[in-house]
Amino acid sequence: MVAHLLRLKLTLLRNGLRRSPWQLLGMAIAGLYALGVVAALVIGLVLLRNAGTGTAHTAVVLGGSAAVLGWGLIPVVASATDMTLDPARFTTFAIPMKQLLAGLAVGGLIGIPGLATALVALATVATWSRGVLPALAALVGACLGVMTCVVLAKVVTTATASLAASRRFKDISALAFMVPLVLLGPIVAGVARGVSASTGFLPDFAMALSWTPLGAPWALGGDVAAGRPGAAAVKLLVALAVLAGLAWCWKLLLERALVTPPYAGAVKRKGGRLGLLGVVPPTPAGAVMARSLTYWLRDPRYSGSLVVIPLLPVIMLFQGAQTGHYGGLAFLAPISAFILAWSISADVSYDNTAFALHVATGVRGVADRLGRSLACLVFALPVVLVFAVGAAALTRDWVALPGQLGLSLGILFSGLGLSSVVSARYTVTVPLPGDSPFKKPPGNVGQTLAVQFVGMLVLLVLVLPEAALLVAHAVTGNAMFGWINLVVGVILGLVFFVAGVRLGGRWLDVRGPELLAQVSVNR
Amino acid sequence: MTAPIPGQASNPGPIAALSIRGLAKRFGGKIAVDGISLEVPAGSFFGIVGPNGAGKTTTLSMATGLLRPDFGTAVVHGVDVWQHPLEAKRLMGILPDGVRLFDRLTGEQLITYAGLLRGMDKAVVAARVGELLAAMDLAQDAGTLVVDYSAGMTKKIALASAMIHAPRVLVLDEPFEAVDPVSAANIRSILDRYVASGGTVIVSSHVMDLVQRMCDHVAVVARGRLLAAGTVDAVRAGASLEDRFVQLVGGHSHTEGLEWLRTF
Repeated sequence: MVAHLLRLKLTLLRNGLRRSPWQLLGMAIAGLYALGVVAALVIGLVLLRNAGTGTAHTAVVLGGSAAVLGWGLIPVVASATDMTLDPARFTTFAIPMKQLLAGLAVGGLIGIPGLATALVALATVATWSRGVLPALAALVGACLGVMTCVVLAKVVTTATASLAASRRFKDISALAFMVPLVLLGPIVAGVARGVSASTGFLPDFAMALSWTPLGAPWALGGDVAAGRPGAAAVKLLVALAVLAGLAWCWKLLLERALVTPPYAGAVKRKGGRLGLLGVVPPTPAGAVMARSLTYWLRDPRYSGSLVVIPLLPVIMLFQGAQTGHYGGLAFLAPISAFILAWSISADVSYDNTAFALHVATGVRGVADRLGRSLACLVFALPVVLVFAVGAAALTRDWVALPGQLGLSLGILFSGLGLSSVVSARYTVTVPLPGDSPFKKPPGNVGQTLAVQFVGMLVLLVLVLPEAALLVAHAVTGNAMFGWINLVVGVILGLVFFVAGVRLGGRWLDVRGPELLAQVSVNR
Repeated sequence: MTAPIPGQASNPGPIAALSIRGLAKRFGGKIAVDGISLEVPAGSFFGIVGPNGAGKTTTLSMATGLLRPDFGTAVVHGVDVWQHPLEAKRLMGILPDGVRLFDRLTGEQLITYAGLLRGMDKAVVAARVGELLAAMDLAQDAGTLVVDYSAGMTKKIALASAMIHAPRVLVLDEPFEAVDPVSAANIRSILDRYVASGGTVIVSSHVMDLVQRMCDHVAVVARGRLLAAGTVDAVRAGASLEDRFVQLVGGHSHTEGLEWLRTF
């Protein structure tokens, strides 16, 4: 039965890859990356063999604890990523619990994270191959540690399965996941600095950790090598007890989960609150605007980009603090304008077949385009203005502000006009409604890339006048160019905006049904 | 064929609510709809029945302006759907099957949105939304996001969105799928009253019993072609609609085999 489950997992993996060469490519890239990381860690661990016992012990225990912690935490936010062996799918088959547990546990090892963890853990045997006993202890520790990782992940996923099935949790965890991802650079730099500042404290920390469930299995080899067999024996007991306890928890949770499928409960709410739909002018364009704005707030696929925007200045300020000069802030407003304006270029693709309502009601294309653009403009305009003025205030470079504003507003308005045209004609593959913003469905990747690339090129051409004026300002130092840029940016941007909305609207009127047919393919 | 000839026995009134002529659609190498012509008389409760994959949804999509036909025309109360789409869509309320909704809106917001998209007056929309929610038995869940609705509730909210502008023709693709019996009875009485006051309802379904009880006219579609059309009594010709349907479509062949299923 265990072999059966393993074969199932491998078959699922292979069939998944067979579905599209792009998925194979993605897997290959991830595999190469993981291979690099694993190779570096394994080499490090082998080299640690020649280091002092204390240093090696500290490094192995800290690394191992981090691995256990990672296996426990990451499934909470990424639980939807690997549900190939979702226990709920085995409910209708009468599989004995013991064999199901063993099969699922070993199955959890298959895949890039599992294999990488196992390889690195086995490398600790090399670190402690300073005698037969330490190596043996390290081997036992590595096996216990890896099993603890896998079972902990299973306990966490099973426990949160019903939570993870609720839409609200999915929405929030996807957004919460975005923050550390965007701030990865500063976080890594900060942690590295903190660690290097307090190296003296690390051995004590590792020693303390080695008595906890996180570090106990990883300390076995080190303790035996350092001649502390008593401590090693106690830690072995701790590690065994933890693994047994986790396995027992998992069994209980799984038994319960198999008979109580996840329930995505929702609170009943009476009506009476129209939200933004009650605020906007009661016209088709107003309704589209209110609906789009509601989606910007409620749909994680949209609000994901909203989360990124306030983090942009944080990254740039951090970079400025590190290098000492804040020149990068000059890009803040134009980049934000670009991200926000381009974000609606896939609007109809994001609607998916819900766009049928627009076709069925016969809403005019111009109203559709205008509503979507205005919804974006409502927050994009203040954001761009605040960023441009804020950057000028921080760098005390008020002379550059008019030119900055001209370029940023030019990008924003021209970009919105261009997006209105692009999303009226071309569809791209985007995460489906209700899916995580990180999930790219397999689809017409070629067209997606072409639309994105050509669209950006066109935008570049559209804002060439503003960019040229900015360069002229920088080269000549004549402030006049900045003011001209402001005027040109606003006027040219508005012209492109109006033209884009009208052209996109006309295309939508003519080709609405074809566009609906295109998005229907991707569902 | 003993069935009435399509288009003639349905005895259209002076002007048909929906008149489709030679509609055809091909997807790649597969012909989904192969020249269907149909007259739906004004004021009729018209059922379209057919096995899975018969082309019902494709035909209705082409007749309502959601899918451009390769050949043929569709005319609603004298307005050509593909020549004057905006005018035609004003006359129709459409419940498409198998499409998503803007489900991050609450039920109340979704119906309001459908009304405002059609350029209706705000006060009128507000009044009708309240009545529709009550009629669909959704008043208690009006503030819940549609994404959290059950399948039946989702169907009902989509139906309400299709009715808000008081269309002259309602085109409903599988309107009773997953809807509980009480709500289905409510919806049927709403539709009956709507038809009694001169409206036209076109429903697709593969529940023959329902169509026989509910509709006065029926069309049988299979493999992209129209097999029979006319009043329900004329089409079923004394037999039950289900028996007549199976006879027309020519299924029900495979009851042999699977003996092992009885060897437990």
